[in-house]
Amino acid sequence: MTTLRVLAAMSGGVDSAVAAARAVDAGHEVTGVHLALSRNPSSYRTGARGCCTLEDARDARRAADVIGIPFYVWDMAERFHEDVVQDFVAEYARGNTPNPCLRCNEKIKFAAVLDRAVALGFDAVCTGHHARLEPVPGEARLTRLVRSVDAAKDQSYVLGVLTTSQLSRAMFPLGDTTKDQVRKEAAKRGLGVADKPDSHDVCFIADGDTRGFLREQLGSAPGEIVDSSGAVVGAHDGSYGFTIGQRKGLALDRPAGDGRPRFVLSIEPVSRTVTVGPAEALDVTEIEARRPVWSGCQPPAGPVECLVQLRAHGDVHPAVIAADVDAVRISLRSAARGVAPGQAAVFYDGDAVLGSATISAANRA
Amino acid sequence: MSNVDASGSDPALGGHPAPGRQVYLDHAATTPMLPEALTAMTEELAQLGNPSSLHNPGRRARRVVEESRELIAEAYGARPSEVVFTSGGTEADNLAIKGLYWARRAADPARRRVLAAATEHHAVLDSVRWLADHEDADADWLPVDSRGVVGVPALAEAIDRDPDNVALISVMWANNEVGTVQPVAELARLAAEHQIPFHSDAVQAAGRLPVHLADSGATALTITAHKIGGPVGIGALLLARGVEPVPVLHGGGQERDVRSGTLDVPAIRAFAVAVQVAHEASATEAQRVAALRDNLIAQVQAAVPDAVLNGATPGAGRLTGNAHFSFPGCEGDALLMLLDAKGIACSTGSACTAGVAQPSHVLLAMGADEARARASLRFSLGHTSEQADVDALGAVIGEVVERARRAAK
Repeated sequence: MTTLRVLAAMSGGVDSAVAAARAVDAGHEVTGVHLALSRNPSSYRTGARGCCTLEDARDARRAADVIGIPFYVWDMAERFHEDVVQDFVAEYARGNTPNPCLRCNEKIKFAAVLDRAVALGFDAVCTGHHARLEPVPGEARLTRLVRSVDAAKDQSYVLGVLTTSQLSRAMFPLGDTTKDQVRKEAAKRGLGVADKPDSHDVCFIADGDTRGFLREQLGSAPGEIVDSSGAVVGAHDGSYGFTIGQRKGLALDRPAGDGRPRFVLSIEPVSRTVTVGPAEALDVTEIEARRPVWSGCQPPAGPVECLVQLRAHGDVHPAVIAADVDAVRISLRSAARGVAPGQAAVFYDGDAVLGSATISAANRA
Repeated sequence: MSNVDASGSDPALGGHPAPGRQVYLDHAATTPMLPEALTAMTEELAQLGNPSSLHNPGRRARRVVEESRELIAEAYGARPSEVVFTSGGTEADNLAIKGLYWARRAADPARRRVLAAATEHHAVLDSVRWLADHEDADADWLPVDSRGVVGVPALAEAIDRDPDNVALISVMWANNEVGTVQPVAELARLAAEHQIPFHSDAVQAAGRLPVHLADSGATALTITAHKIGGPVGIGALLLARGVEPVPVLHGGGQERDVRSGTLDVPAIRAFAVAVQVAHEASATEAQRVAALRDNLIAQVQAAVPDAVLNGATPGAGRLTGNAHFSFPGCEGDALLMLLDAKGIACSTGSACTAGVAQPSHVLLAMGADEARARASLRFSLGHTSEQADVDALGAVIGEVVERARRAAK
């Protein structure tokens, strides 16, 4: 096989450390890089959160030492702030529900970092994402994204937004391995991060309080919570604090007439009106999505039967999709619940990603 | 001597084996130990005795320490009692800045103003900031010109704002990033006229320039061993007699009661040997290194015509081993990585936060904009440097800069 110059993005976690080690074992010339994403990287983590603390940088450096590769820290804080954090805040302000991990892959890891790496002479960027890359059947020179063998840890959804050209320079050495095996392998390799807890939540919200973070960023913007009939049933101090399908934390004044739980059905950011209603009102079958990216197939000319995933770790739904240049109409075979604009719809053929688009609207049948 | 030096990768920890030999152009970070110092240290490590003990092994250790102290004192124009051993430059700077501030303020509570150059090493910079944040000090940063020089008029003006409330003055002998040499004797004379203690961080200057406590007129000078071929972890504050800073470390009362702690006999002996070797060779060595440095500058400027040499014109106003450039359109960290991959070790010269290079406060103080400050790289030569090292850099710097420029777009 060809020896490539590989830039291994090392977060300080176990996955990216093992991924880098495997790239070395495969005979590549690997350089580790930790991305400093926080504008204030002075805080030490207290829980299993965050991906850009000093401790993470140290863990990544130690892993690189053990693997025996050069290691550097790249300052991506400004780009991250502009392309991920500000986008996150702006999307919530628009009433949408963004996925910052997906945005980070799209704009930082496989854009800003990849571009810089290529300019500096690297051939590929290697990460510890749980996903596979396989040749497209019948088009051997193209690579498509396929789910990890570990369904619970599969990250193809947050990579689904990547283009063919981005995927052609990506390397995911962990896709054929379960998380459990990754940890065992890390321990065997003497990597100190073998037992490090998984990171979760939004890495730039250290305390995990997304609503509090958004309030800090966007200020108080009080509005009404109404039911489907338009009756006011509560108040809120910012419509950005809600997500379609949310049930908890609504603090409604009046119980529903039928005594059943109510969920957020829609968010209208201009009037700051949040509409709530019963669970079945969340059921949608018709979804509009924009900005399609087709990485696993040619842009479909006619309707295509496929599977669609509508949020991270969400269910897959059989659907028929019809695409044009800048939009995709998704007709689900059966209703899905809690489909939030701003999330990605990722299209699959079995376990292989065909492409993705950003959900802009969802309607009941 | 601190985080300034942490920006590069560690060659010993490997990574890709460099094609051919390691080219080391980062002597300002640390320089290889002299073989004589290594031998002396190894020998002494096998010996027994705490120099504070009264018995025979203690007396033996004590003798080694005192002979070493005399050698170091002699080399730097101090009396033996004026050599206060510390763990290195950072500790000596902390002791000078904090200790002198506390002592001066205790004698007169009005003395709260600390004058220091804007281009100081972080060991001084952050000590002064700490005093400002926690001890009511008033940090008064002395401006520098575009070469990085603190002018005597600038110091005079700062003192004259209120001569009675100045606790101390600190101006480094030579800058660790751009190599600019300060007019220490003139600045110290001015301080003496006002009877204000004057400290100078001479870490980079010692062993390269004639650093002399008595002749300089300074109250205190910081020196460290590992910049001149001695081991890391030992340094000294050369402290004029009669000056009594408040200690930072309390304990057994060693070192004039100013710096407690069991003395590190092997390191002290190796320090003295390194000082002795460095000083015997200093005149010819300075010439040799300066010639290599001038050639390095010529080769870099030939390969990269728009490279900007930061700092003073090569000559008496600049450290002999220092060449510091800004490469317009590049990021310093990309240059460092590309050179490292080619087996050439250098430094962005500026401090790091979690490994992220910050734009150099030194260049910013000299009037550079942030882009130029981020585009900088320091090459520093020392006693093991050869023409082949300079040629190796000259052979690749052009393509490396070109590539880094593409990456910055």
